[in-house]
Amino acid sequence: MKKSVFLGVVAATTMVAGVASAQATLETVKARGELICGSNTGLTGFGAPDASGNWVGFDVDLCRAIAAAVFGDPTKVKFVPTTGETRFTALQSGEVDVLIRNSTWTLSRDTELALDFVAVNYYDGQGFMVKSDLGVSSAKELDGATVCIQTGTTTELNLADFFKQNNISYQPVTVADDSEAQRQYLAGACDAYTTDASGLAASRATMPDAANHVILPEIISKEPLGPVVRHGDSNWGDIVRWTYFALLIAEEKGITKANVEEVATSTADEEVKRLLGLSGDMGAKIGLDNAAFKNAIASVGNYGEIFAANIGEGTAINLARGLNALWTQGGLQYAPPFR
Amino acid sequence: MAPINFVRNEMLAPSAPPVREAGAVKWLRENLFSGVFNTILTLVGIYVIYSIIVAALPWWLNSVWNAGSLSECREIVAAQAGEGATGACWAMIRERWHQFIFGFYPSELYWRPVLAFGLLVAALAPVLFGGQKRNLTMILAVVAAFLLVTLWMAGAPLVVFVLSMAVVLGMIAVAQAGSGKLLWFTALYPALCFWLLWGGSIWLPVVAMLGFVVLGVAYLALVGRTSPMTAAGVGVVLALAWWFILDKPLTEALFAALPWGIEAVASDQFGGFLLAITIGVTAIGFSLPIGILLALGRQSDMLIVKTLCVGFIEFIRGVPLITLLFTASLLLQYFLPPGTNFDIILRVIILVTLFAAAYLAEVIRGGLAALPSGQYEAADALGLDYWRAQRLIILPQALKISIPSIVSTFIGLFKDTTLVAFVGLMDPLKGVTQIVRADINWKGIYWEPYIFVGAIFFVICFGMSRYSMHLERKLKTDHR
Repeated sequence: MKKSVFLGVVAATTMVAGVASAQATLETVKARGELICGSNTGLTGFGAPDASGNWVGFDVDLCRAIAAAVFGDPTKVKFVPTTGETRFTALQSGEVDVLIRNSTWTLSRDTELALDFVAVNYYDGQGFMVKSDLGVSSAKELDGATVCIQTGTTTELNLADFFKQNNISYQPVTVADDSEAQRQYLAGACDAYTTDASGLAASRATMPDAANHVILPEIISKEPLGPVVRHGDSNWGDIVRWTYFALLIAEEKGITKANVEEVATSTADEEVKRLLGLSGDMGAKIGLDNAAFKNAIASVGNYGEIFAANIGEGTAINLARGLNALWTQGGLQYAPPFR
Repeated sequence: MAPINFVRNEMLAPSAPPVREAGAVKWLRENLFSGVFNTILTLVGIYVIYSIIVAALPWWLNSVWNAGSLSECREIVAAQAGEGATGACWAMIRERWHQFIFGFYPSELYWRPVLAFGLLVAALAPVLFGGQKRNLTMILAVVAAFLLVTLWMAGAPLVVFVLSMAVVLGMIAVAQAGSGKLLWFTALYPALCFWLLWGGSIWLPVVAMLGFVVLGVAYLALVGRTSPMTAAGVGVVLALAWWFILDKPLTEALFAALPWGIEAVASDQFGGFLLAITIGVTAIGFSLPIGILLALGRQSDMLIVKTLCVGFIEFIRGVPLITLLFTASLLLQYFLPPGTNFDIILRVIILVTLFAAAYLAEVIRGGLAALPSGQYEAADALGLDYWRAQRLIILPQALKISIPSIVSTFIGLFKDTTLVAFVGLMDPLKGVTQIVRADINWKGIYWEPYIFVGAIFFVICFGMSRYSMHLERKLKTDHR
């Protein structure tokens, strides 16, 4: 009896807290004067503070774009580093407003955890890296290999599935994190290292003998990474989603950080006019300023620019656009019409 | 003919002892090669040390201090020592040391944590070396020299420079008369430290400290008329009323009238050793008194007090620290009203303090149990009341017995502060190392950050350990 009363009180408190915080994320953010963005504790190219403490990265720029859309100022954002264990709870409990931290969209996270994945800003997939003198050209030839794998991740499960399906065996060497994995792999403790392909590329880029390592062609899993918000506040989800789509449309239409003002004065394209808030009331429809998306583009650039500046070809990480190219160029990045 | 008797009339000069019974040879024979088994162990040991040196020495000797990235380090090592040679890349520390020490604390304000640290030592000195004039003076002089150099390097404003020198030199002068008065500075230090680290309105710490004044005044006013317990109880109630009701409006009113303050620094900018030392020192400082009270409570005859203490201690000791940290970081947020933002560092400090207090309570209970019951009976026979008996007879002995365990709990606590990395705080070992490695320039660096952080931890923990030995020697009164 007592226990059930206690649990009831706990549940009620949680619900009250949950409902109250879910109702108006936008109002909370505006009242606070800054966006709180759940970020990684440090992932090369995607999100980490630099030597002077400024956050930089692919995911970080999306946070800044949202801050620019809400406040017109990309600096009004606070980054809260979250670990793999704390990230979803931090979002649920309202400690962060949006989580942009290379989190994979899965059914159970979308439903059980009461979260909404509003977009996919990076299509990743699990790959393998091996030393080239191993003479392996396909992951299916890795029979009997020792594989370095980070524990407690979905990659571990994918790896088991892949080897089971192909009827080949492997010997896992479990490691705690990426740096440990890289060290073990270089020291020869394992033949292959598996993690997300973007992570492999970043690791390979910094190896002393990068030319002696190859990333195998097989991608054995789908890892759609995207921004996450809480269930129950669809308007806030729309803001995050459409800020992201605005960046995609900007790339599609050739609007860049540098030319956004110029385009705004000269454009005859109706969709661009709506995007930049020159006609229609697209911003107002989701509770923002009409110039919200223009501000977002002006502060961080379009999707392609963000990609190129942080992880794309020309940076040390040197990732190809691949699946993340626009749909017009054979990729999967596709934004619904802006009207 | 008289017989010739030979009598030696001078002493024979002492001859040198046999080679195997003197000098290095003797030492080697006795300590390293005293038997077949020991000889084997010695040889194995020498081989192990030799292999470690052969493996690690080139790495240390080829250290690179000036480079912009790990690959540049590798090139420099290859150019110096030939292809395939390994070398440490300390250039990373050179470029990022400030994040290991201060986290994201604004660099133009580095003088504030530096000053807080210097004054921390100055505030601890009268507690740690009470009554030892020479040690006290020496430590304060070192603090003055430290502040002189570091404040200058951190570019502190001239006013701060002069004020802090005046404070420390003033303390040295007071110390010549006796260390008792210096304890006032120690008592004020927490408020000063809070203000230096977090900044903001000066009235926040001042008004909060006035709560203690309220407590003290109420106690002193009542203690003659009622029992000390009642007086203390009334004082605590009044102080709590002060903190929860008067504190906030008064602070705001004073700030509106006299807006004195310094630039505020948010908690999320704390990191590295600044964070570890803030959490560690605060938790150590508060856990000792709480631990003592819990230990006494556990020994108490009063059923409720005893049950509460036992329940608390066993609960806290029964769950891992990580669980408590996750509770601090995640669950508390669920139960607090929406919109409250209860500072994460404060939450962590509170739970780390409670964790350490539970362990200390058991350590001190060990000390209490080790006292012969004659001591308790003697205190009773002298007619001392409970608190006097504890203060004058029981605790001084019990705490003395527990010193080694108390200090090792403190050392453990200080090292446990690195666990806050799991709740997303920038501890020096994992948090800062991870962000450094996330920089494409330093990705793949492995040993250097661990060695750097480990060395600093070692210095601090070794210092604590040496101090505890010093304290044991000082308090040694028996003749074992």
